[in-house]
Amino acid sequence: MDTILQVRDLVTKFYTLDGVVHAVNGVSFDLQQGETLAIVGESGCGKSVTVLSLLGLIPSPPGRVEQGSALFRTPFGQQDLLKLSREELREIRGGQIGFVFQDPISTLNPILTVGEQIKETLTRHLNLSQEEARERAIRLLADVGIPDPELRYKSYPFQLSGGMRQRVVIAIAIACNPQIVIADEPTTALDVTVQAQIIDLFQRLRSAMGMTLIWITHDLGVVAGLADRVMVMYGGRVVELAAVEELYQNPQHPYTRGLLDALPRLDSRETRRLVSIQGAPPDLRLPLRHCPFAWRCNYAYDHCWQEIPELVATAPDHQVACFYDLNKGAPRHG
Amino acid sequence: MHRYFLSRVLQSVLLLLGVVVLVFFMVRITGDPASLMMPRNATPEQIEAFREAMGFNRPLIVQFWDFFTHALVGDFGNSLHFKSPALPLVIERLPATLELATAAMLMAILIGVPLGLLGGFSPGSVLDSLARLVGLLGQSIPNFWLALIMILVFAVRLGWFPSFGRDEWKSVVLPAFALGLATMGQIVRLTRSSTLEIRSEDFIRTAHSKGLLPRTIYTKHVLRNVAIPLVSIIGVQFGYMLGGSIYIEFIFAWPGIGQLLEQAIGWRDFPMVQAIAVFTSVAVLALNLLTDAAYMIIDPRIRYGIRE
Repeated sequence: MDTILQVRDLVTKFYTLDGVVHAVNGVSFDLQQGETLAIVGESGCGKSVTVLSLLGLIPSPPGRVEQGSALFRTPFGQQDLLKLSREELREIRGGQIGFVFQDPISTLNPILTVGEQIKETLTRHLNLSQEEARERAIRLLADVGIPDPELRYKSYPFQLSGGMRQRVVIAIAIACNPQIVIADEPTTALDVTVQAQIIDLFQRLRSAMGMTLIWITHDLGVVAGLADRVMVMYGGRVVELAAVEELYQNPQHPYTRGLLDALPRLDSRETRRLVSIQGAPPDLRLPLRHCPFAWRCNYAYDHCWQEIPELVATAPDHQVACFYDLNKGAPRHG
Repeated sequence: MHRYFLSRVLQSVLLLLGVVVLVFFMVRITGDPASLMMPRNATPEQIEAFREAMGFNRPLIVQFWDFFTHALVGDFGNSLHFKSPALPLVIERLPATLELATAAMLMAILIGVPLGLLGGFSPGSVLDSLARLVGLLGQSIPNFWLALIMILVFAVRLGWFPSFGRDEWKSVVLPAFALGLATMGQIVRLTRSSTLEIRSEDFIRTAHSKGLLPRTIYTKHVLRNVAIPLVSIIGVQFGYMLGGSIYIEFIFAWPGIGQLLEQAIGWRDFPMVQAIAVFTSVAVLALNLLTDAAYMIIDPRIRYGIRE
């Protein structure tokens, strides 16, 4: 498989009045052509900031991408997204990388028709006439499963349900046949039944278009059905990265294990209290010199307070950043 | 859509009827309109004769009906000073007031909107400080004081503009600026704060994520949303301006409705005052209706009755 996006050592900070927030602290990952990579973690762990940083969508000020590289490989060559000018990034955003955001109610402009909002991204990136763009927008509406696309083209966002609006947002994201679609919690704001429909839609589009997808979520249940690989983030760092079955069957980071234990199961017979992870996420204003999870970790030992664990490969498709080997029940290095 | 507008029209008509009633009782609240309208040194016989002539000795309800039915067709009686129908005299002054109000509003919009947008796009910048300064000054400088200072500086000292009258295009500059500054301040502040608010909306991030050009984002996505609150203050303020500004027209001897009102009060010309009061209300209400119509054009949520 070809690597389409190679992110190395991404660091993003926010310079706020309350101090410097270390939102993303050296995140590295590869994205393979055609795969779905899920990024999971609690609110504020840096999942969204990571992807927004790649495309210059961080509100700046106060945000700043401090270091790192993000090699984006296209049929036309290879570019480091973090070194591109604003103008060059604008060509890529919407054209080669599409976005789907969380809340479809606020992500569409309330006073423009949905057709117009799809059309403007088409005319911006593709050399289409107004009429061609209109036809293509209507086809896109049909593609994302909106009935009566001709009629809906002229609708305003407030005339559509939440699920329909999210379909429109998806139509915008895929309008220009992007290489990568980034979906930032695309189902979080939706009803459970609508969530399932949107996930179905993504699965259908993915196989139809050969779409490469980054799916950001805090819902591990959704991840299981959709992702090829999972990247678990904590405190602005990647703590575990593995193929989806591997991660669910053999979680190696105490945080990942905690997340999986916290999942309610429909098939469990005994009644039990939902397990939660003790404590709160770290204050990202403090630059850490030790494992960010050490405070909340049941397995933390002295070494965890002295050094930040790096990602190490424990299997061909499994990396974890932890000094403690959960399977052996002992620290990794003697 | 039509129901919304229709209800607004009905509300306006009701309000206008209310104004006519108020205007009628305004003169009679002190008890005796005849002694109010006559010169101070008039003899009791003169007052009595005047009362007879004006029909003030009739029962109140009869007087009211008489005033009301005439007012509805624009007849407020003869001006006591000019001895001719009051309303046409008011209408005669309209072009001057309209010119002043239009010039003032254009200045306020053409300076206020761009300044507010620039300030809102780059909070903390020099332009933003300027925008906030204009907003503050517009709110705090009394326009009659500004008018006098501008006459001193630009008419007397520098001689760039005439200090009074309505003779050439230059005549309108000083009074329009004095009249428009407060509105300019309001427009700057509102544009700036709305821009700041809209700029951080999720749909603007969506627009950026589509790779749209900044000018498209600003004009199509930000400005159109900012225009919604702007339209309302522009409409209301323009309505007030059409009623004429007493201070500004007086200071600059601008022959508009405000000046006429000032004179009519001095002359105790109550039919004239009443005609101006009703005329001003009509102007404000008409502008409000226009504002509502503009709302419906800009904001589809109002057009479809989702939001008012």
